[in-house]
Amino acid sequence: MEKLDHGRETPWTKLAEDAGIEFTAVSDPFFTYLSVSPAALHALMGILKQRLGMNYLADITAVDHGSEFEVVYHLYAIPDNGRRLAIKTRIAREAAVLESAFPLYPTADWQEREIYDLMGISFSNHPNLARVLLPDDFKGHPLRKDYRKEGG
Amino acid sequence: MLQTDEYTINIGPQHPSTHGGLHAEALMDGEIVKDVAVHLGYVHRSVEKIAESRTYTQFIPYAARLDYLASNLPCLGYVQAVEKLLGVEVPERAEYIRVILGELSRIAAHMLFVGSLAIDLGATTGLVYCLRDRERIMNLFEMTSGQRLIAAYMRIGGVSADLPEGFITAVEGVISDLPKMVKEYDGLITGNEILQARCRGIGILKPELAVAYGVTGPNLRASGVPYDLRKADPYGIYSRFDFDLPLGSRGDCLDRLTVRLEEIEQSGRISAQAVKDIPEGEIMGKVPKVIKPAQGREVYHRIESAKGELGFYLLSDGSEKPARLHVRAPSFINLMVLPHISRGGKLQDIIANIATLDPVLGEADR
Repeated sequence: MEKLDHGRETPWTKLAEDAGIEFTAVSDPFFTYLSVSPAALHALMGILKQRLGMNYLADITAVDHGSEFEVVYHLYAIPDNGRRLAIKTRIAREAAVLESAFPLYPTADWQEREIYDLMGISFSNHPNLARVLLPDDFKGHPLRKDYRKEGG
Repeated sequence: MLQTDEYTINIGPQHPSTHGGLHAEALMDGEIVKDVAVHLGYVHRSVEKIAESRTYTQFIPYAARLDYLASNLPCLGYVQAVEKLLGVEVPERAEYIRVILGELSRIAAHMLFVGSLAIDLGATTGLVYCLRDRERIMNLFEMTSGQRLIAAYMRIGGVSADLPEGFITAVEGVISDLPKMVKEYDGLITGNEILQARCRGIGILKPELAVAYGVTGPNLRASGVPYDLRKADPYGIYSRFDFDLPLGSRGDCLDRLTVRLEEIEQSGRISAQAVKDIPEGEIMGKVPKVIKPAQGREVYHRIESAKGELGFYLLSDGSEKPARLHVRAPSFINLMVLPHISRGGKLQDIIANIATLDPVLGEADR
């Protein structure tokens, strides 16, 4: 199997051109980070799954950056193909809605519910976007930086 | 034919077979399960939020409380993530100690799995044998850190203390007895006709569904997919060890049991090699007194825990506390397939399915 050294040698510009998507690729020793607009996120993931065999969405997480949220998707392949990709997209705090990755990666189901529950980001076309860890009548989203903790 | 009304049966959250606080709501048509709704969060402590107000070092005991049945493994995953963030080198001796304790934790977790599966399916005797043997591993953990269950023995850059006198001999004693123990479980539990009837062909998880839903660990390998991070994405010094990946063929409850029994022996093999090769030397690398990773640095680090891929996402804002910590909990993600493997089965199969998916709720709920 070809070893692509975390995907750094992948001709990203060609892949993006073919698909008509704009994104930037930055690498550190562990990952290649692909930054993409929310509108093109789904298309990019579809291409990575079909053309590069990234069939395993290991982890989705979200970070509160104040006026924006950043959502990070960590992609691998089973069996492993040496690529370590992280897709990043940013959305505005006021309009925290993103398209669900569920149709491509069913594992997004509960992971997106968790982000909705704790960070307050909605996912369109999600089959059942309900809270998963906190009670249904819970107010607020604790992982947001402006969530006020009580007590210690 | 008789028409029956649909009705729901609640399993848990307070029921011994739910291994903590898990609530499964089964929609039944007569005796047949039509669907299962899983309700989580009964032991949610918001550790990701807590992490934002603790220093990097202070979080280690919280990591131990994620998977409290194999506490050395979540601690290992966390400290390795921080080490990646800082670029810290870990001394050889500490790496070997980590492998020995990590594999012993996996063995202890799998022993408890076998025993609790037995008791969940009505074979009380099985639990007693597994707990008896697990106790010997708990004693080893007590020797290293003073803690039996939730040891915070790992440190950023190494381990907290060197191995005590007599530890290696004690480990060798346990490892050499492992084949005998597994043989005993095999005869007593796997060989039990009633247990086989409750497990064979029950809760079949197809490999495609497992990959699509991100199922990892022994549950994935029981479905016949040879994916183990110790081989696919080796961390620490795992590339040095020689071991096999036990695989299942049917992906049913029985496969999930036998894969774990075989993994106990493979973990014993790894520990035996580590015990043989462990060098003398330092147990802590060069770590700054105050841990402040550079601003904007981030990392996702994953290890093969007893339950599957345990990942830590860390983002630094340049202060001594993480700006964001996220735990990719294998127990949480593996549970997603519970409805899929339970539909069309009987009510009692849900118990076998929960037991063999082997969630630990401290980790699933975080």
